[in-house]
Amino acid sequence: MTTARLTWRQPSVIPGFGITLGVTVTWLSLIVLIPLAGLFLKSATLGWGKFFEAITSPRVLAALEISFGIALAAATVNAVFGLIVAWVLVRYDFPGRRVVDAIVDIPFALPTAVAGIALTALYAENGWIGGLLEPLGIRVSFTPLGIFVALIFIGLPFVVRTVQPVLEDLEPEIEEAAASLGATRRQTFLRVILPTLFPALATGYALAFSRAVGEYGSVIFIAGNMPLVSEIAPLLIVIRLNEFAYAEATAIAVAMLIASFALLLAINLLQRWARSRGRG
Amino acid sequence: MLVEAQTSDMLLPIPVAAARPQAALAPREESPAVRLALTAVALAFLGLFIVLPLVVVFSEALQKGAAFYFSAFAEPAATAAIRLTLLTAAIAVPVNLVFGVTAAWAITKFEFRGKSFLITLIDLPFSVSPVISGLVFVLLFGLQGWLGPWLAENDIKIVFAVPGIVLATIFVTFPFVARELIPLMQEQGTAEEEAAIVLGASGWQTFWRVTLPNIKWGLLYGVLLCNARAMGEFGAVSVVSGHIRGLTNTMPLHIEILYNEYNFAAAFAVASLLALLALVTLVAKSLLELRLDRRKP
Repeated sequence: MTTARLTWRQPSVIPGFGITLGVTVTWLSLIVLIPLAGLFLKSATLGWGKFFEAITSPRVLAALEISFGIALAAATVNAVFGLIVAWVLVRYDFPGRRVVDAIVDIPFALPTAVAGIALTALYAENGWIGGLLEPLGIRVSFTPLGIFVALIFIGLPFVVRTVQPVLEDLEPEIEEAAASLGATRRQTFLRVILPTLFPALATGYALAFSRAVGEYGSVIFIAGNMPLVSEIAPLLIVIRLNEFAYAEATAIAVAMLIASFALLLAINLLQRWARSRGRG
Repeated sequence: MLVEAQTSDMLLPIPVAAARPQAALAPREESPAVRLALTAVALAFLGLFIVLPLVVVFSEALQKGAAFYFSAFAEPAATAAIRLTLLTAAIAVPVNLVFGVTAAWAITKFEFRGKSFLITLIDLPFSVSPVISGLVFVLLFGLQGWLGPWLAENDIKIVFAVPGIVLATIFVTFPFVARELIPLMQEQGTAEEEAAIVLGASGWQTFWRVTLPNIKWGLLYGVLLCNARAMGEFGAVSVVSGHIRGLTNTMPLHIEILYNEYNFAAAFAVASLLALLALVTLVAKSLLELRLDRRKP
């Protein structure tokens, strides 16, 4: 017993532990870990001064701000509407519900470049939606608003697909208890259902956000890509690469990775806090 | 008939309804107006942001008629792009299939320390920007990269050539199959495999005859998603491709070139092919979901 507890794995009669774990770790290292480590090593060779200089140039700062700011805004919109979509899909029955459920996954399956040109055509001045907005003086294509629309498109399924299963598993008893204790439907939703859904909603938000920050294909066609105005950080990496400014491209990439990992960690902690609070 | 109706009338829970006439709604329901409003908001949002872009792809593609539509695929650059996309997926998907099954076997059939950390590492490519996924391979294999000089000496091209495209695609689609299999196999546990081994089956026999039949639909599901992403990947592939027409252009890159040349109808024609692939993937996925019954246990 004591020895079993001391070893790092529990004994099993099933064979293949050594080979499968070995292959997994080796392949993971070769394809993912070593290349990513190379990125950080490359930025380390820059030295702090140069690294700092590279990521604090006005153009880079603006690009990072645009990427992170609009990604946050889009993830927020997705959290609200994703919750509504998930709610309607789980709680209400209407003709074509299965089809609507499948439609939610379109942004997962549709290649980003296809989404990009489609959104651009849709929101261009002579497009189906752009044509309606033009008389109102609202321009979407080739403005930061276009980035916002593209990031809403790609982020929505993340929220719906993380909230949906939790909503399905929600025990009816707690809502019935709240109602029988005299809570109105609004109170039941705000005080009972929403706190239960919060961890899932936060996870969906985090996933939608982290996907949106790095998004490239669906954004570059619609953004207009004006430096300082509508140029996203991933595009700036590509531009620097095409200029063979590898060091600067690497610095932007590392800054993006660190910032998004830090944000994801923060959301993770928030989620843990919400869970422990829910339990206590 | 009449008697039956009378008895069923008598069985109706009239007393309950009469007991709380003010509570017309069940405790878990919103008023019809709220339900209608929420459903309308959800459908309008999905229609506006998700369905309309898809419809535009086909409408723009067919704008100049069927003849033009099909001529877009006859162009040598287009056929080369389609061929390269198929080749890339034909390498990346099986590689990730084998890796996904191997990783899921190690993770779900055994208990060891650091397991959740390993799962996090496998998921890593999901949280890395596609552009950065391409960049890491340029830094590794590019002329200015770590292995660049050695590769140049030996006349091996990886970046700005097909191997780089395949590598970047493998990186981007890395977690798909494993992520689909791990929860499924965790749920299924190890009892059946243990029984098979104890009864004298070899490891391979156990996998082929016991595990694989249990996971085949989940596996197919993961492969479908992996394939959709592999064929549609843009950012990572764009960075490592070098955009050599007819040589290192995949379908998404070919779309970009056509679009930037203002050849919109042709760009949308090629895009419609990828959109069709997405739709087929979704239909197959929905059918599999019915089969797996993942949603309603």
